[in-house]
Amino acid sequence: MKYVDEYRDGELAQGLAAAIAKEARPDRRYHFMEFCGGHTHAISRYGVTDLLPANVRMIHGPGCPVCVLPIGRVDQAIRLALKHNVILCTYGDCLRVPASDGLSLLKAKARGADIRMVYSSADALKLAQENPEKQVVFFAIGFETTTPPTAVAIKQAKAMGLQNFSVLCCHVLTPSAISNILESPEVRKLGTVPLDGFIGPAHVSTIIGSRPYEFFAEEYRKPVVIAGFEPLDVMQAIRMLVRQVNEGRAEVENEFSRAVSREGNLKAQNLVAEVFELRRAFEWRGLHTVPYSALRIRGGFAEFDAEQRFGENYVSVPDHKACECGAILRGVKRPQDCKLFGTVCTPENPIGSCMVSSEGACAAHYTYGRYRDITSVRD
Amino acid sequence: MKQNYIRPLDLKHGRVDMSHGSGGRAMAQLIDELFAPLLGNDYLAQGNDGSVMPLPEGPGRLVMATDAHVVSPLFFPGGDIGCLSVHGTINDVAVMGAKPLYLSASFILEEGFPLADLKRIVASMATAAQEAGVPVVTGDTKVVEQGKGDGVFISTTGVGWLPAGIALSGNRAAPGDAILVSGPIGDHGMAIMSQRESLAFESPIVSDTAALHGLVAALLASGIAVKVLRDPTRGGLGTTLNEIARQSGVGMMLQEARIPVQPAVAAACEFLGLDPLYCACEGRLIAIVAGEDRHKALAALQAHPLGSGAAIVGSVHEDPHHFVQMTTGFGGKRIVDWLTGEQLPRIC
Repeated sequence: MKYVDEYRDGELAQGLAAAIAKEARPDRRYHFMEFCGGHTHAISRYGVTDLLPANVRMIHGPGCPVCVLPIGRVDQAIRLALKHNVILCTYGDCLRVPASDGLSLLKAKARGADIRMVYSSADALKLAQENPEKQVVFFAIGFETTTPPTAVAIKQAKAMGLQNFSVLCCHVLTPSAISNILESPEVRKLGTVPLDGFIGPAHVSTIIGSRPYEFFAEEYRKPVVIAGFEPLDVMQAIRMLVRQVNEGRAEVENEFSRAVSREGNLKAQNLVAEVFELRRAFEWRGLHTVPYSALRIRGGFAEFDAEQRFGENYVSVPDHKACECGAILRGVKRPQDCKLFGTVCTPENPIGSCMVSSEGACAAHYTYGRYRDITSVRD
Repeated sequence: MKQNYIRPLDLKHGRVDMSHGSGGRAMAQLIDELFAPLLGNDYLAQGNDGSVMPLPEGPGRLVMATDAHVVSPLFFPGGDIGCLSVHGTINDVAVMGAKPLYLSASFILEEGFPLADLKRIVASMATAAQEAGVPVVTGDTKVVEQGKGDGVFISTTGVGWLPAGIALSGNRAAPGDAILVSGPIGDHGMAIMSQRESLAFESPIVSDTAALHGLVAALLASGIAVKVLRDPTRGGLGTTLNEIARQSGVGMMLQEARIPVQPAVAAACEFLGLDPLYCACEGRLIAIVAGEDRHKALAALQAHPLGSGAAIVGSVHEDPHHFVQMTTGFGGKRIVDWLTGEQLPRIC
């Protein structure tokens, strides 16, 4: 496949692996967090870890939109579908996120709720046009990448005067999550999470640009390398991070220059600013309540805000007691450190959100890498 | 009054109604005017509740398999529910090493379904059965109220003859064996996906639906030690190999670079975030053979028109955890796990 296979080339990978092994100093260890679930997925799916020297370790970050969605938000969506009888549409992975009372959107569907999987916000808008007798709610999740399309859908709905379309807005912001991790006691004071640098988001950065990361690099003295989602991108970024660490630099570098600029996509940023404003606080799974970390719909578009239209407020719900998703999302624990991993909690029967999406740290490790935990398996 | 005149079925604009499943005259007419002319053979012509058929001479045993078909959409590039329902069941019989002999077919029709579409589907079934040389010898039709079905569901059962001396089973894979596939994977799954209304991309992807008994016979005739045959339908290659690994109590190691995938399928999967390893095939064979026979097996498959794209994709190993692993084209390793949830709804 043209323009894709070039970034998955095995020979180039071997060359990069050799370069990393040569440049990584044997007398120290390197701990890098890949913020995005897209990177987590690429690392697991292509077996990138096998090409890294033993002293370079990757820590999975919280950048999986489904994983950071707290139970209470899914409950809210389920209530809209079951109680208010709306057509609720959302992205595929969202359907399996466990909610309260043993429900998920998929299980609510089996109980008669009208839940539809869509590939884009435009599909949701189309559903509203095609079903004028029903209320259609788009359960909008995701980081900065999925936010502009939601803004477009809301603007279009307004332009069309659509009365039966609204959005349950759960869009979250990457920079707030990164600072939350860097401010956490495990990183700042306790030192239990050694973090030598970040692989910065790919698609998110095409929107917000590389500039927002400059603060972290400088303030917290952590190098950031923005990388594409292909495995060679990840390898190259790791090499660049190793170099920065070796040279004592903490800068924002851009490996994904074929798509990311310093300023980002200004048109998309303006669209988002027109339709959304900052929420004062938003609860994340794993990171708890993070100030100014999410978006809500501006007053001028209030009629398209499902929370207001149906009066369904957010109610916080605690995670399963033994579930370690929170610690895993902060990089404090690894999936295999959780007692539920692979026993009670599996992709078929997820207890925590990290086991749901293929971008989640637990699902990625379970699906692609769990053989590594068992030493008796032959090569 | 005209003597002996019954107004014929309106096969152009008519629709299925409840009376077509009631067992009365309307049902008899549907059978006489639609099913019988298309599927017609001596067995059906007897008009009994069941059919009486001869078995081949010599030592052997019967093989029986059944498959319900609920695909949506009913018509897709490369086929439709009619030929799919014939191929699917023939393949289930064939991968046991048997020669498929007879089929049964039962239809669940939804009230309001266009008779023209039904005719198209039954005609496609008839062609598939004829090409395969496996007649539909008995059938049944039921009608459900509108909203209680999805156009047409077809359930077929096949009977085949397994000559003495052939023993294929999912539990026979052993360390050292080689794993082959008969052609590119994922075509059927992506052909269906490309037709779904919300994903109307222009795509040349055509379903691979085909009857595999000829290919199976060619492989078995080559005189090599075939251990397991299976057609990777729902769940695709990845899930089917996991089933075999569990049944046989072994592990497997695949080479990603050797697994054939058509560029259009790979591109569509990439676009939709799907993995071809879990996309269904309806005309491909997985063969597990003794390691030393792998090149002979490959040659036998490639010599047949349905196996021209065959490849050796991996090998069987000892592994108490029954993992199916894969060396990625990138140079790393990973598990090829069971499919979780559903990748594509209603594909066969």
